[in-house]
Amino acid sequence: MPPTISVANLSKTYASGFQALKGIDLEIRSGEIFALLGPNGAGKTTLISIICGIVSPSGGSVHVNGHDIITDYRTTRSLIGLVPQELPNNAFESVWDTVAFSRGLFGKPPNPAHIEKVLRDLSLWDKKDNRIMTLSGGMKRRVLIAKALSHEPRILFLDEPTAGVDVELRKDMWRIVRDLRDSGVTIILTTHYIEEAEEMADRIGVINNGELILVEDKSTLMHKLGKKQLILQLHHPLEKIPSALASRGLTLSDDAMELVYTYDTQGERTGITSLLAELNEAGIKFKDLSTTQSSLEQIFVSLVKRPS
Amino acid sequence: MNFRAVQAIYLFELARTWRTLMQSIVSPVISTSLYFVVFGGAIGSRITQIDGIDYGSFIVPGLIMLQLLTQSIANASFGIYFPKFTGTIYELLSAPVSYFEIVLGYVGAAATKSIILGLIILATAGLFVPIQIAHPIWMIAFLVLTSVTFSLFGFIIGIWADGFEKLQIIPLLVVTPLTFLGGTFYSINMLPPVWQTVTLFNPVVYLVSGFRWSFFGVADLNVGLSLTMTLAFLVLCLVIIAWIFKTGYQIKN
Ligand SMILES: Nc1ncnc2c1ncn2[C@@H]1O[C@H](COP(=O)(O)OP(=O)(O)O)[C@@H](O)[C@H]1O
Ligand SMILES: [Mg+2]
Repeated sequence: MPPTISVANLSKTYASGFQALKGIDLEIRSGEIFALLGPNGAGKTTLISIICGIVSPSGGSVHVNGHDIITDYRTTRSLIGLVPQELPNNAFESVWDTVAFSRGLFGKPPNPAHIEKVLRDLSLWDKKDNRIMTLSGGMKRRVLIAKALSHEPRILFLDEPTAGVDVELRKDMWRIVRDLRDSGVTIILTTHYIEEAEEMADRIGVINNGELILVEDKSTLMHKLGKKQLILQLHHPLEKIPSALASRGLTLSDDAMELVYTYDTQGERTGITSLLAELNEAGIKFKDLSTTQSSLEQIFVSLVKRPS
Repeated sequence: MNFRAVQAIYLFELARTWRTLMQSIVSPVISTSLYFVVFGGAIGSRITQIDGIDYGSFIVPGLIMLQLLTQSIANASFGIYFPKFTGTIYELLSAPVSYFEIVLGYVGAAATKSIILGLIILATAGLFVPIQIAHPIWMIAFLVLTSVTFSLFGFIIGIWADGFEKLQIIPLLVVTPLTFLGGTFYSINMLPPVWQTVTLFNPVVYLVSGFRWSFFGVADLNVGLSLTMTLAFLVLCLVIIAWIFKTGYQIKN
């Protein structure tokens, strides 16, 4: 299947002279949830703003379903819904009116049933006649989502969807995102919260300083770069780590009841077998053992720190 | 052509008028009535006639022009400035609409409002003074042309403005003085010769003169010249808007 979005050598230099994107190449697959992960100022918003038509690219190209976003913007933009990062504090009009307006703007015939469904899904139905300016921040965010969904997009962009959002909306949002994905909608979200990418995404792209550092299946990424820890719970507290085991890089917990061994899942051998043998030789007995995988957070930090 | 988008923008903008009925319709009507009382009543009792027309009737076309210009500019500039100000412009830019359609929606709505307002003021004027319209078709033509042209001009100001002060500065410092000096309340033939020449650099003079001709069949200037100048200003606005969208000036990074 051809990629839903294909970004080639995309660059952006703002009028200020600041280069926000440096030759981005990226392909988004049909029907996936893709998380664009990066710290503030990495270029996430710039990238999706270009794809959506809000910012002009300085170089390179973007195709959506094979259509160029500039020469064939009508086709590409009709396919896309965008929930922006900034909260426009708009307006005197009612929730219903603004959502219906969005649908019209995207050239779709009126469909009250669809708008009703969107509003109900977002728990906005009882607010449909309220003016937007009277709503709380969380409710305004829901309205932005409703606007983006009003024209039944095939691709949905969510820019920092959970920044400053309450738990309830966060849950609702993920439920809606999963439902949309199940109905075949491709979803691209940007975030600087690693848990969000970890929780939701099928694939993750890490962006920093306008460069895409890597793009990987989430599981591959976790596996490839993940460090694991083997935790051994001891029978008896250990005063100090025996010198025979010094080269292993073991750490002892504060209560001296746990030994922690960190190993790289990428390595040819984990060294666990020999470690266990050495422990046995040293007469250290353990009653239980467990492993933990390092979070994306750690992966991310190590990636961004890594000189490229 | 994304007609639905044009329609959505157009109706959205007209709905804004309903929400702000006081500002959009009622206050221009009241201020025009005040002009009638002050100028028509007080001054009219002394001037009585210009070019053989009762002074009260003489100022009607100019007063309509005055409101047409200010309201077209105010409506159109605010209509496009507001989404820029609140950030909702993102939606316009990400929608499958062409620049032409955006202009059509915003300027069409602003011009529609002005035309309706112009007709309401005309009707209001009819309550104060007798009104005759010698060339109704031309009257409507000037009404529409002026509304469209100055709505385009307002649209340009709305895009150029990056703050509320800028939004108001051109109407306040340029348009209002030009309108008052544009022959609304007098015939330019009443001015000393030097000032008559200076006045010819004021574009509003051509509008008022042409519009007045459509009412009374007499005018300070040749009606063809009036029409040419109005059309020239229309074309100028269109060229500027085309340039704005081509370069993304003030709307797209
Ligand atoms: N209009 C602009 N003019 C100049 N620089 C900008 C503009 N918009 C964003 N930037 C800069 O580009 C960089 C990337 O911004 P952005 O794409 O918003 O990052 P992110 O969404 O990842 O936080 C930042 O350093 C930001 O300051
Ligand atoms: Mg951002």
